[in-house]
Amino acid sequence: MSDVDRSSALAAALSDVLGGAAIDGVQRLSGGASRETWKFVADGRPLILQRQRDGDGRDMGVEVAVLRAASVGGVAVPELIATSADESVGSGPEHRVGAAFMILGHVDGETIARKILRDDTYAVARQHLTADCATALARLHAIDPSSAPGLLAVDQVEQYRSVLDTLDQPHPTFELAFRWLDAHRPEPGPMRIVHGDFRLGNLMVGPDGLRAVLDWELAHIGDPLEDLGWLCVRAWRFGSAKPVAGVGEYAELIDAYRSASGATVDAEAVRWWEVLGTLKWGIMCIIQLQAHLSGASRSHELAAIGRRVCETEYDLFLALEDRW
Amino acid sequence: MPHDAPSAQEMLAAVREWMERDLLAGTDGRLHFHTRVAINVLAMVERELELGPTQAIDHAERLAGLGFDDDRALAAAIRSGAVDDHPALAAHVRGEVLASVLDKLRVANPKYLIDGRG
Repeated sequence: MSDVDRSSALAAALSDVLGGAAIDGVQRLSGGASRETWKFVADGRPLILQRQRDGDGRDMGVEVAVLRAASVGGVAVPELIATSADESVGSGPEHRVGAAFMILGHVDGETIARKILRDDTYAVARQHLTADCATALARLHAIDPSSAPGLLAVDQVEQYRSVLDTLDQPHPTFELAFRWLDAHRPEPGPMRIVHGDFRLGNLMVGPDGLRAVLDWELAHIGDPLEDLGWLCVRAWRFGSAKPVAGVGEYAELIDAYRSASGATVDAEAVRWWEVLGTLKWGIMCIIQLQAHLSGASRSHELAAIGRRVCETEYDLFLALEDRW
Repeated sequence: MPHDAPSAQEMLAAVREWMERDLLAGTDGRLHFHTRVAINVLAMVERELELGPTQAIDHAERLAGLGFDDDRALAAAIRSGAVDDHPALAAHVRGEVLASVLDKLRVANPKYLIDGRG
């Protein structure tokens, strides 16, 4: 079914879920290779639908719980309007939308990294985006992990090594990086809720700065420094020379996080997590390619992501230069 | 070569140039983005047709020089620890692996290379 045909089918389903609201302007958005994101208007209010892709076995209810906990903890997140787990939307709403879903309030702003990094509109926001990110992460990491039940604590090195083996595409660079990670592992930090994909693209940014943290599907229990390291991965600088999200320096991020959280932060540990993040992104590129090759989601965009693996290998060599 | 002109590379270039010249301007949003991705994919295949045969020989020679049949065997040796038990060997392996990564980037995304570092 084309996107246009699916739009009209979705409009009927969304109206049903939202108590007969008038639905207009159903439109699929770019991005979101692991799930579909649509925007639409319900009775004049702009909303977002996130719909799980076929074959994705994750429980969206866990993500809903994290979103609620983050909101209570003072992290700016989109308003939760309805989910496929709500009893109030009637029995079997999944069948109407065709998969597990969340309907969220639309937050005005920009997620496209290249615009945030280059457009004059965001010049002021860029000056304090690093601090905004540090504050949001400090608030997230302060939340009691038991307030979002269902989150798993999985060792990221072991998880991704085993995922790579399942994918059966061995890469010598990845093995070199795994050896380095094993040999330089920092002391484990506290176990907290981590976002797991905190970077431009998943942050709604306005001219005034960070407005909302989006896309919580990779949230889990782990070391808070994982989120800081991930924000510094070279892929998430989108061509900028500045290491933190393309807008800030390492020291700015670490100082801002330290003052917002009161925690001590080992700069070398953040770099270790950045190396692991770079490796993870390389493996994720193969996972996204597999979604295409397996037929789960035929897409030349996903196919092309497979050829981004060598960018991450190059980034690993850059990150580890003189550190082997 | 059993085929007439144009070559596979020339046909890809013709389609890509048409997409850049006539198709791209008439699209916006998601379709515009996906048209750009398609143009990039065609350009990548053009580069692979040009550089691929030489790169395949170079890659095989690098692996043979290290004593491995393929990347799978090299990856397994690195994981076993056999490589970084010997610092000189480890440095040599890293150099050869990096050389192959740079070749892949020259096809996949040559703009990604930092000047002077590849």
